[in-house]
Amino acid sequence: MKRRKFEVAALPAKTAGALDDRFQAATPLRKVLNKVFPDHWSFLLGEIALFSFIVLLLTGTFLTFFFEPAMTEVVYNGSYAPLRGTPMSAAYASSLDLSFDVRGGLIMRQMHHWAALLFMASIVVHMLRVFFTGAFRKPRETNWIIGSLLFWVGFLAGFTGYSLPDDGLSGTGLRIASGIMLSIPVIGSWLTSSIFGGEFPGTIIISRFFIAHVLLIPALLLALISVHLGLVFKQKHTQWPGPGRTNENVVGERFFPRYVLKQGGFFMVVFGVIALMGGLFQINPIWYFGPYEAWVVSAASQPDWYVMFLDGSTRLMPAWEISIPIGDGYVIPPLFWPTVVLPGILVGLSLMYPFLEARRLKDYKHHNLLQRPRDVPARTAAGAMAVAFFIVLTLSGGNDVIADKFHISLNAMTWAGRIGLLVVPPLAYYLTYRICLGLQQHDREVLAHGVETGIIKRLPDGRFVEVHQPLSAADGHDGHGPALDYVGWVVPKKMNRLGALGPAIRGFFYPIEKPAEAPVSPGHPPVEPRPEREEIGSGESRR
Amino acid sequence: MSTHTGHPAQQGPEPLDLNDPRLSRFDIVQEGARRDDIEIVHYEPQVVAGSKAERRLTRTVAMMFLLTGAAATAFLIIYIWWPWRWEAGRGGDKWYTPLLGLTLGVALLGIGFGILTWGKKLLAKEVSIQDRHDQPGSPEDRRIAGETLLYMADELGVKRRPLLGASLLAGLLPVGAVAAAPLVGGLISNPHKNNQMFTTGFQPQDGKKIRLVREDGRPIRPADISAGGQLTVFPGIDGGVSNKHADSPTLLIHLREDDAQKSRAANQRKGHGDYMWGNYVAFSKICTHAGCPASLYEQQTNRLLCPCHQSQFLITDNAKPVFGPANRPLPQLPIEVDEEGFFVAKSDYTETIGPDFWERP
Repeated sequence: MKRRKFEVAALPAKTAGALDDRFQAATPLRKVLNKVFPDHWSFLLGEIALFSFIVLLLTGTFLTFFFEPAMTEVVYNGSYAPLRGTPMSAAYASSLDLSFDVRGGLIMRQMHHWAALLFMASIVVHMLRVFFTGAFRKPRETNWIIGSLLFWVGFLAGFTGYSLPDDGLSGTGLRIASGIMLSIPVIGSWLTSSIFGGEFPGTIIISRFFIAHVLLIPALLLALISVHLGLVFKQKHTQWPGPGRTNENVVGERFFPRYVLKQGGFFMVVFGVIALMGGLFQINPIWYFGPYEAWVVSAASQPDWYVMFLDGSTRLMPAWEISIPIGDGYVIPPLFWPTVVLPGILVGLSLMYPFLEARRLKDYKHHNLLQRPRDVPARTAAGAMAVAFFIVLTLSGGNDVIADKFHISLNAMTWAGRIGLLVVPPLAYYLTYRICLGLQQHDREVLAHGVETGIIKRLPDGRFVEVHQPLSAADGHDGHGPALDYVGWVVPKKMNRLGALGPAIRGFFYPIEKPAEAPVSPGHPPVEPRPEREEIGSGESRR
Repeated sequence: MSTHTGHPAQQGPEPLDLNDPRLSRFDIVQEGARRDDIEIVHYEPQVVAGSKAERRLTRTVAMMFLLTGAAATAFLIIYIWWPWRWEAGRGGDKWYTPLLGLTLGVALLGIGFGILTWGKKLLAKEVSIQDRHDQPGSPEDRRIAGETLLYMADELGVKRRPLLGASLLAGLLPVGAVAAAPLVGGLISNPHKNNQMFTTGFQPQDGKKIRLVREDGRPIRPADISAGGQLTVFPGIDGGVSNKHADSPTLLIHLREDDAQKSRAANQRKGHGDYMWGNYVAFSKICTHAGCPASLYEQQTNRLLCPCHQSQFLITDNAKPVFGPANRPLPQLPIEVDEEGFFVAKSDYTETIGPDFWERP
């Protein structure tokens, strides 16, 4: 009997064949591997949030092995001598143990905290990118809504996690949160009492926050992120206008191999940066704050950055109380407006924005091409207004520190914030609007008259004029080429962008492909009628 | 393989014969892309195989990977052998976490930039164009889907058999309530149990007045606080100095003579004439705004500042809020000195402690 030869070389193919027999994977796999993604640096901001989330899951799981979510009173007896013998909650004691008695626990704690801050920051920056470029327009409104929800769910994740160590600072935050819940009309006291299991602080809130922080909220985040990514995949990514790019196609790189390598590399870089921050930059040194005691607080008690705008709005709110003289009398405390109503309005506005804009512009078409912020001045200005609002509030959230460091009266800081909140956003709107119009005008000017060369010519009558280099070839009659139309993409404004001077130093933010060299496929007619238009999209020099 | 610039694949129905032995692997890949409506219009290797540039880039990437290995090894060595336990004074332990972060960060950045360089510099650049195909379904498809759904409703006969629908609803509603009941029923807690929102630890027990004590539990004599001084005091009961009585911490202030007169006059106006004892006055430390301890006392102006949201209270005017978001004064604790010479609370606070809420009278 002859033994069949076992061929090692044929093994991968045989395995793959066997898998496809069972799961019919070959065709869908080809589609995934081939999928085309457009490339631009600003498309990577959301990835930072995704990668931070993965780091959060990894480090957070490690932390749960050591953290004890209980408010049972214990006497600390760990390595950190200054607190030895202090009565404290088991949660705080185990957080101290994580920092001092678990080998490598501190770097995990700090990486977890930094990753959370980075998660929220990249969500915000990603959201600004999506907003200012109009990527939220039809058909992507659903993903905009999911993204907005991700911010608020992330906010909850951050707040519950921040409260868990039960240190002096986070306990104060929790106390304020209970005050905020109390301020809700009619149900406030019942809600607070139900959540805290009685009067503040009770003995159960840390356990409840723990299960919310490690199970409920992450599950919700994971679900939302999955749908978010799934929709990006299904609806395909938006792209900037440019040569060969239309509303009906995607111009970029296939998923494999180059795009996925870049993604993988970028993940490791984000992970590495978080590791560096977690190791080198101290954050939330809970051992300095001591255990939470209801009668202890210090100045400069600030929450994490993404909560500071609410802290600011609370500080700026005047003491306007609404009393309702029925029966024993009822009140709506001033705390209610900046901490419950304001976030409510912000959530509503952000969720509704795509529909509001579509309604205002009567624009119900599909949009797969992005807009440059300057081309939509009203939206850009509204966005700048929102950012200004947020910045005034965030600065006001730290106004005691500013007052202290710059020797300004604290009351003056509060008043500056109150007035600033009313004055700065409209000003930001106006300025942004004008800047957008100015940039638009300059683009048109360059398209019509060419690029400034820096060469000054004296005319026979004694006047000095600057020579302009037209963007298109001269057609004879006036030395100018035909006036070019604006196509929604960068207009070259420097000679070296035209290749007329030495190459510019390659910018970090410029697209890597050379659009000028990209031939346009016959199946996809160019966006512009004339071939020399391709130079408009040139993102870099040609020699 | 040199530059493949899109020799556009025929649009017509002429699929490539994949068994043709002359096909390169790239041809097959391109055919696969074509079947997914992708056209690789530009494909250009960035480095020539075997060139100096390629060798240099290969070395760079290899260096990065080796750096990762070295940094990761350093991480392990530090993790195991570096002294890491906290010691008072300047121990080597303070470098433990930074060194871990540095080595871990370098290791991850090495592999990250290695992969990025590999992908961005050594792989061919390409421009591919894919059709979006995001047109909605054809009117026919939409119709068919809609009719199918309606057909299902017909089959179920909800319209013809209304009893089924109604009874299903009648059955499901209580089931939904059952799902919510344990959650609501378990969590709900009456905020007014034992009148807890309106009482503090200073509530006299069995007719016995409660002493004011320090953080360590010792009672306080008037002489313990010099004029202009202040002290945080607690109810002298079991657990009085703990978060169990988070609403009880109180600030006991020994006012100077002229301030005390102002304060007394203000007390008189408010009908709190007997709340002070001598020049001593006691106010709740829990801010009426959001519940932080209002603990920064400015002797010169007699203002008490809450560091959380900067509400300011004027002590000599019944702790009335004079700046910031707080809307009502800090409640005052009526105090006196008992026969043994220690401070006691005459009664509990007469106003509600802490953040405001709807049904606060």
